[in-house]
Amino acid sequence: MAASTEKQNPAFYALLAALVVMSVGPIALMLATSFKMNVDIYDESVSAFFFTPTISNYETVLCNVLWYEPAHVDYCDPTFGRALGNSLFVAIVSTALTLVIGCMAAYALVRFKFMGRGTVSMTTLMMRMVPPAVLLVPVFGIWTFQYGLDQSHMGIIFVYTAMNLPFVIWILQSFIVQVPIQLEEAARMDGANPIQVFFMVVLPIIKPGLAAAAIFTFRIAWNEFLLANALLGRSTRTVPVTIVNSITEYDIDWGVIMATGMLLAVPPIIFTFAASRQIITGMTAGAVKG
Amino acid sequence: MSAVARANRLTPYMFLAPAAVVLVFALLYPIGYMVYASFLDWSPSQRIGEADFIGLRNYANLLTDAAFLESFWVTIKFAAVVVTLEMIIGVGLALLLDRNIRGMSLLRTIFILPMMIAPIVVGLMWRYMYHPTVGIFNRTIKNLGFEQGIPWLSDSTWSFIAVVIADVWQWTPFIFILALAAMQSLPRSALEAAEIDGATEWQKIVLIKIPLMMPVLIVTLLLRLIDAFKVLEVIMVLTNGGPGLSTEIVALRIFRTAQEFQELGEAAAMSNLLLIMLMALTIGMFMYTKFQEARTARMLKAAQAEDE
Repeated sequence: MAASTEKQNPAFYALLAALVVMSVGPIALMLATSFKMNVDIYDESVSAFFFTPTISNYETVLCNVLWYEPAHVDYCDPTFGRALGNSLFVAIVSTALTLVIGCMAAYALVRFKFMGRGTVSMTTLMMRMVPPAVLLVPVFGIWTFQYGLDQSHMGIIFVYTAMNLPFVIWILQSFIVQVPIQLEEAARMDGANPIQVFFMVVLPIIKPGLAAAAIFTFRIAWNEFLLANALLGRSTRTVPVTIVNSITEYDIDWGVIMATGMLLAVPPIIFTFAASRQIITGMTAGAVKG
Repeated sequence: MSAVARANRLTPYMFLAPAAVVLVFALLYPIGYMVYASFLDWSPSQRIGEADFIGLRNYANLLTDAAFLESFWVTIKFAAVVVTLEMIIGVGLALLLDRNIRGMSLLRTIFILPMMIAPIVVGLMWRYMYHPTVGIFNRTIKNLGFEQGIPWLSDSTWSFIAVVIADVWQWTPFIFILALAAMQSLPRSALEAAEIDGATEWQKIVLIKIPLMMPVLIVTLLLRLIDAFKVLEVIMVLTNGGPGLSTEIVALRIFRTAQEFQELGEAAAMSNLLLIMLMALTIGMFMYTKFQEARTARMLKAAQAEDE
């Protein structure tokens, strides 16, 4: 850290401003386009950011969940509204499951010496490296022909939980290590069993870690396309799948696509602002602390 | 051991059991299944038992398939280029912004936004910006008076550059944030000592900050490298591998082999080759981290001894 008293160069602030524009620019452009009429999108004389805004793209996308019937919508396509509900359900349930299971495993790895501890820890790390593309073929085969979980929410929740577990176990370990063991011992003295110690003593202390883990898990489950595309059926599809399906046509309806993209981007953006401290701690826990 | 650790011998296994069940049934078993499937001539309409066992033929086909080898080469080229650019820009920015200014935490939040957005959406945003007529880049180029815009997604050289730019936009923040965190946790005593000795800003960076940060930088580099091999959605939405095979990375080829060509056995063999490469990288990373940890511990010890 350089001394905070030193005078900053104007070039420094110019660099900061350029960086902010570069990171937020594309998102702002998507937001602006989502409020644009298609004629304005294709009209070169209309500026990218200054135009008469309309919410008609959002109305088209959300027509089946709106309480009123938008005037310009002739045929209401329920695909997206339904996909939004599916996405929420899948992401929330798999995040909750991953946290509970991952937290327990991380606790066992940190606090107990037992046979196979090293192997478990190493295997977990290795599994963080498996790309979704590699899981595509076997997961499709097993879920369809053996577990009978294709087309259902349970099937995809199961995969997402497994995909996120290694990462969650990994970052929660570095939070659990910091829990003072005296607290746990005191609780044991008072007659608490290991399960009670875990839920009443450890969990409340590592809340920031849980928040970080929750956001990363939610983000992956919310954003994932490949496996959702292979496993889910027409009525259980999540948002990323419906977006990709709607761009395979030659003529893309940019206004509607950008509105859909915005709706998909909003929850992660809100989380980022609400919990950026936890996110950064969570990110650095793995790499910086080793 | 403490009272907590002396609990029932079965306690740790009880805590691990749910995770073990999920990981075995949803990751380990599928990976084993994939290895088996890679020896089959298997299409999605068949149950796996009905598929013909063809031994190593899928692998033999792949290793002589120019298109697959090309996709492997594209993947390596893509990963090498994006990770190099992201490391240089990310660490450079961290060095420039490593100072206490007001609003730094808000800035950091803004910088990490790109990595929180769905890859599908990132792909869409950039596809819109690269659009030949309505895209902001070509519009600006034309407004500046040039007759022709850049064929971002329809020329094989430009499309590679286009996917690289999108990835650099999304993932440079990752390296920036980790490098910044590492820099801010450097031992102050070393930097102060250098200041007293009259070191210039540049000397401090090259002789102290970078060497002390090396372990973190290496781990960051390897994490990012492994993730660069997993990139798929952004490229799928932007170019779908084209034009030609110029942006067809292995992950995309696996997806298309399974989805469009319905060759599950061959897709499994590709997945297997990709996984072997990633595992090798991971093991390399793990061993390197252990080695570096020991070295840094020695370095810090030496630095402390000097302080006293």
